[in-house]
Amino acid sequence: MNARREAMYGYLFTLPWMIGMSVFMLYPVVASCWYSFCDYSVLKPPMWIGLANYQELFQDEVFWQATRNTLVFAMLSLPLSTVVALALAVLLNGKVRGQSVYRALFFMPSLVPVVPVAVLWFWLFNGDHGIINVMLHSMHIPTVNWMSNPAYTKWAIVVLTVWGGGNTMLIYLAGLQDVPTSLLEASELDGASGAQRFRHVTVPMISPVILFNVVMGLIGSLQVFAVPYVLWPTGSPERSAYFYAMYLFDNAFKFNKMGYACAMGVLMFLMILVLTLALLKVGERKVHYQDGG
Amino acid sequence: MKLSNFISASAFKLTAVAISAVALFAYSEKMAERNPRKDRVHVTYWEGWTAFEFEAMAAIVADFNRSQDRIQVDILSESDAVNKTMMSISAGLPPDVAGLGNPDIAHFVDDHALMPLDDFCKEKGINRSQYTPIFWDMGVYQGHVWSLPSVPASTALFYNPSMFSQVGLKPDAYPKTIEELDALDVKLSKLDGEGRIKQIGFLPSEPGWWTWAFGYYFGGKLIDADGNLTVNSKENIRGFDWVASFSKRHGSDAVQSFKQGLGNFSSPQNAFMAQQVVMEMQGVWMYNFIHTFNPSLSWRVVPFPHPADRPDMANVTMVEENNLTIPRGAKHPREAFEFIAFVQQQKEMEKLCCGQLKFSPLSKVTPEFYQKNPNPSAKFFYELSGSPNSVPAPKVGYWQEFQSELSATIDSITLLSRTPKEALDHLQERMKPKVESYRQRVEQRRRLGL
Repeated sequence: MNARREAMYGYLFTLPWMIGMSVFMLYPVVASCWYSFCDYSVLKPPMWIGLANYQELFQDEVFWQATRNTLVFAMLSLPLSTVVALALAVLLNGKVRGQSVYRALFFMPSLVPVVPVAVLWFWLFNGDHGIINVMLHSMHIPTVNWMSNPAYTKWAIVVLTVWGGGNTMLIYLAGLQDVPTSLLEASELDGASGAQRFRHVTVPMISPVILFNVVMGLIGSLQVFAVPYVLWPTGSPERSAYFYAMYLFDNAFKFNKMGYACAMGVLMFLMILVLTLALLKVGERKVHYQDGG
Repeated sequence: MKLSNFISASAFKLTAVAISAVALFAYSEKMAERNPRKDRVHVTYWEGWTAFEFEAMAAIVADFNRSQDRIQVDILSESDAVNKTMMSISAGLPPDVAGLGNPDIAHFVDDHALMPLDDFCKEKGINRSQYTPIFWDMGVYQGHVWSLPSVPASTALFYNPSMFSQVGLKPDAYPKTIEELDALDVKLSKLDGEGRIKQIGFLPSEPGWWTWAFGYYFGGKLIDADGNLTVNSKENIRGFDWVASFSKRHGSDAVQSFKQGLGNFSSPQNAFMAQQVVMEMQGVWMYNFIHTFNPSLSWRVVPFPHPADRPDMANVTMVEENNLTIPRGAKHPREAFEFIAFVQQQKEMEKLCCGQLKFSPLSKVTPEFYQKNPNPSAKFFYELSGSPNSVPAPKVGYWQEFQSELSATIDSITLLSRTPKEALDHLQERMKPKVESYRQRVEQRRRLGL
């Protein structure tokens, strides 16, 4: 087959993907940027209003509250998820009898669909009858209204997110199994303790995996939507559980302000881009690649 | 097989499979059309109802299709009907008839998404005098008729007489004033051994669907006749002071915990049916849920109480309505209105409202209507809807956003983190620029003809 013919077949086979990508990804992204400068309610043609949506956004206290809520959630959930998932992966990497059963058990929560997870935790967190408060009460620890006290709603969703972090744990586990045993044995012969081996050998060796999980976790945290939307559809109490993506969704599909929602989408994209680039920049100095890259 | 031959064969097979799939899909679409009567004009009708409410309307559609041989209405039950209707209008493929709730009308009209029905109504001799005025008025916006009613509703106070008896009250000792309601709440509320609320007399936030409206019971309004926001009027502040008084009386945390333990509305665990809340504001539909989930429940329904010093605020009721509209861009608007007009006939309207266990929006009903209607409270709700104090949701295009803001404001009031005055002052200030911006853009579009 000549090169031209081969290229033609290549394009032919990638055509469905390219069409899908253009129609369902590229066009919406470009259109969203355009609509962000328009008054657009979906029902009428977009009307150019320049930067008015952005000006309004910067003066919108709910926008700032939703942004703050989202950043606080990301700052709480990301380190906690990373530490817990990594700790579990280390435990599940050991040579223990019945290890495969433990692995399946810890991975299982991430298989439960989002809505049942939300409903399940709604009852676990119930102020009067929830098992969490019952346990706290039995230990003489003061109980709280997890779902309706603005001070605890974000913690509730952090706990829920950490609980469902089986996928992250699995990636860490794969990374840990890739750490060369020769390095671990060499450091052991040199007299390094378990903690020292973990800190000076294991962590550097899995640092690309940590970076990957942190970047993906950051993006996921900033886009948190489904679980809080099921638990607190209006972000109530006092919008303490009103996250960025929820406000964006409400503007687009409840308040018929698609242009405003698109402006929020553009800002979210920029926010994620800046934070991801910052993480990658940090990664350049802290992450160890085996091939030196 | 050579690679190039293999690729050619695979490409051919894939294309063949894709074409077959598309053809099969198109054929199945064709097959799915029930009774494709080529000799009739097909009118598509999207409605948000399901179950028995949908069946009641489907029976009217069947009556219409039998009544003549020119038009066939094809009814489709849609979940999230409002958003789907909006998207279909935007795509230029709307249904011919769309069922919308009354709070949706204003923003659809502001967005030029509905057809005015004035001329059609004139042709058919349909006018305001044939309806309970509030139900006609809900379809009128900016001086034009945009919708006609299908099924209306109004609200009142449901209470459980046997629970009254349990605390030594007469079963008919229902509250006539807000002050009596407060006294009964104290008497009927119970704590368990650990000091948690076990039963409550009344809670403004249960079910919490009209918390925005409590100012109206004290003579307040959210928007005045000129369209100005009056959120922080003294009447509204008084209304929300009353709402906050329940958190003060029972404890904000205790109320939140109690509420969290209540079951879903549409279930036997519903707070009123599970006898956890003794008095509750509910609508004409409540009979259906009681009948379904707890038919042996003792219940009565009475007008919601008024403040003792405001007897003029007696019989305040929240009114709602399902509307029939013709979206702009509908293929068969004239035929669509033929169907809408058919539904407005007394016989058909009574059949529909009986089927949905509600009352009629028409000013006159036949004597048999209430005899045939299984809902014993239908007449009460019908009479209440004629009250001069019946209150629909404000007719403004920004209502959804306003309601969301109100909901957050009421949160801060019930959690006692702000006084009602502070919270309502804040809301007034916050909504003002939003309303101004909304109006400016509507005006700008009007000028540009967009």
